[in-house]
Amino acid sequence: MKTETKKIVAKTGNEAAAYAMKQINPDVVAAYPITPSTEIIQIFSKYVADGEVDTEFIPVESEHSAISVCIGASTGGARVMTATSSQGLALMHEILYIASSFRLPIVMIVGNRALSGPINIHCDHSDTMGSRDSGWIQIYCENANEVYHTIINAVKISEKVNLPCMVMMDGFIVTHGMENVLILEDEEVREFLGKREPLYSILDLKNPITVGPLALYDYYMEHKRSQVDAILKSKKIISDVFEEYNRKFGLSIPSFIEEYFLDDAEIAVIAMSSASGTLKEAVDLLREKGERVGILRLKITRPFPYEILRKKLENLKVVGVMDRAETFSTMGGPVSIEVKAALYSLIKRPLIQSFVFGLGGREFSLEDAIKVFDILKKINKENKLEEEFIYIGLRE
Amino acid sequence: MKKILSLKELSERNTGLTSGHRACSGCAFPSIIKMVVASSDYPVVISNATGCLEVVSTIYPYSAWNVPWIHVAFENAAAVISGVESAYKVLKKKGLIPENEKINFIVIGGDGGTYDIGLQALSGAIERGHNFLYVLYDNQAYMNTGVQRSSATPFGANTTTSPVGKKMPGKIQHRKDIIEIIAAHEIPYVAQASPSHFGDLIKKVRRAFEIEGPKFIAVISPCVPGWGYNESETVELARLAVETCFWPLYEIDQGVYRVNYKPKEKLPVKEWLLKQDRFSHLKNREDLIEEIQKKVDEKWERLLRLDGQKIF
Repeated sequence: MKTETKKIVAKTGNEAAAYAMKQINPDVVAAYPITPSTEIIQIFSKYVADGEVDTEFIPVESEHSAISVCIGASTGGARVMTATSSQGLALMHEILYIASSFRLPIVMIVGNRALSGPINIHCDHSDTMGSRDSGWIQIYCENANEVYHTIINAVKISEKVNLPCMVMMDGFIVTHGMENVLILEDEEVREFLGKREPLYSILDLKNPITVGPLALYDYYMEHKRSQVDAILKSKKIISDVFEEYNRKFGLSIPSFIEEYFLDDAEIAVIAMSSASGTLKEAVDLLREKGERVGILRLKITRPFPYEILRKKLENLKVVGVMDRAETFSTMGGPVSIEVKAALYSLIKRPLIQSFVFGLGGREFSLEDAIKVFDILKKINKENKLEEEFIYIGLRE
Repeated sequence: MKKILSLKELSERNTGLTSGHRACSGCAFPSIIKMVVASSDYPVVISNATGCLEVVSTIYPYSAWNVPWIHVAFENAAAVISGVESAYKVLKKKGLIPENEKINFIVIGGDGGTYDIGLQALSGAIERGHNFLYVLYDNQAYMNTGVQRSSATPFGANTTTSPVGKKMPGKIQHRKDIIEIIAAHEIPYVAQASPSHFGDLIKKVRRAFEIEGPKFIAVISPCVPGWGYNESETVELARLAVETCFWPLYEIDQGVYRVNYKPKEKLPVKEWLLKQDRFSHLKNREDLIEEIQKKVDEKWERLLRLDGQKIF
């Protein structure tokens, strides 16, 4: 059994991410420091300095250049990684779309952080929700252990489907919080990933290619449609890769969703990332009182697993959706809007309540989580929503 | 110094940019690019900033390039080559690219993608010491979007965002000196060249390719619609820029200044200016022409003083 070789170590999310990068030993890493993901690249720089990886490390002058370097290197056939947060991701925004349209595998680790303004360094999901339509696969992890394993899977997924992939963790809560992380051996990681086999390379001198041409109304639409096909194809690849990984290493790292007492639940909350931990604790307390409540943790938002959500949620009475980002649509956060859209085609569907919480690092306590369930129970009892969206933890 | 190539030898080489591109008739950059690519003794990989050259040469599903070529965006061509060159280095180290395979990495950008929006990425890439040659084709405005002023646009030029009006005589600022900005990074080779003096241009490109590290060559690139002249006069316009010392031919090789061409008779800058529609409003503005001449003289004299000196 492989499991006997596994080691449990104490690592912060950033340390776990950097350690995964070390074991992956990517060809090129380009990055610019930004709180709270800075540490990933600091730790990785030391691996480079100590010769523990063979990586060409490019400490660029901006995040815009970081992602541009990643594109150049990935076009050259290299295995490429970077990390960023918030404003850094926003500065990359223009180039994110180009990376995905070039069908380039690139793995980016994001420490989720609120976008300015006002400037704030703490966690929310406004940064990655802002780039959710850029054609990247987006995976939100709950804790440091999941960050470590998901990064390894992301490299394989990204290279198999030829799409870039973001792996997220909550800024400070996970990036800086120390947890148990179960780590694999270097050889296990390298054997699982194998070598990158690019579809094409700009360094292939015998077969010169033109990358990034101009395509106007006569071809642009076909390009976009082919990106959709890749994203569609990625669904199976994502499931298969996680399944292969879990089977190989005797683990159970979730791919698209994680269920927590969902089977017989009447009321459920959809949450992402670290907040789902707090909500799970609330579920434990409520279950002790015999209440039929559960959690559906949404781990991947691109591609959006609407088929799974329809199947898992159709028999529920009330669903609350927790958003750690605002859309200013006056309909609540981005995930709740997408969940509503996903369930709309069901004949019988639950009532869906949007919640916005934790913006700019505002604490989300156990009391807050209980309050969320109290609101949902009231909606269930009265069979109606009173407000389009509810802010949790707001100082009134 | 490597052997100088004859025109015949050059004409037999791959020029990278093939026929079928859609550059305006009389545009200078196709010849510039062809001379640059043909000057390389090794295969090239090109990163191109958004601009006229990218737009005219790669309208999907066609491409006028027969060498590996990448365009990502307007401001990041130097960052992109940093990535390509890094991939090359690491894949070579890992034995995935043959040890003896040599590639000359080239970035091509216009003045917008170089002096303005792309300056940060360029500065970053040369500070990090990546091994590439940056070729600037300087047509002195954003020609691709319809002749808007750039920081390379000369004083007095009429552009669509520095138009001649009742109060304004065209652009009211002088150009940014890109050569000096790049030279301040203390990189091994910086030069200014012109397609009119093609022997000098080719020599400079070949010199640059000999050197490991970042190199930069600015080439004047007259633009028919942007400057307003007869399309048969492109080379003449480039030549006049050199003969008037508006665009001196010089280099800073390993920190040493060298003026490569001293006109026998330095022509008044007026002769270059008044051949172009963008300066036609200066016909009756001797005062402004004098101001331009003064600036040209100052810069030329400074260059002559620096000739032969080591600056770093």
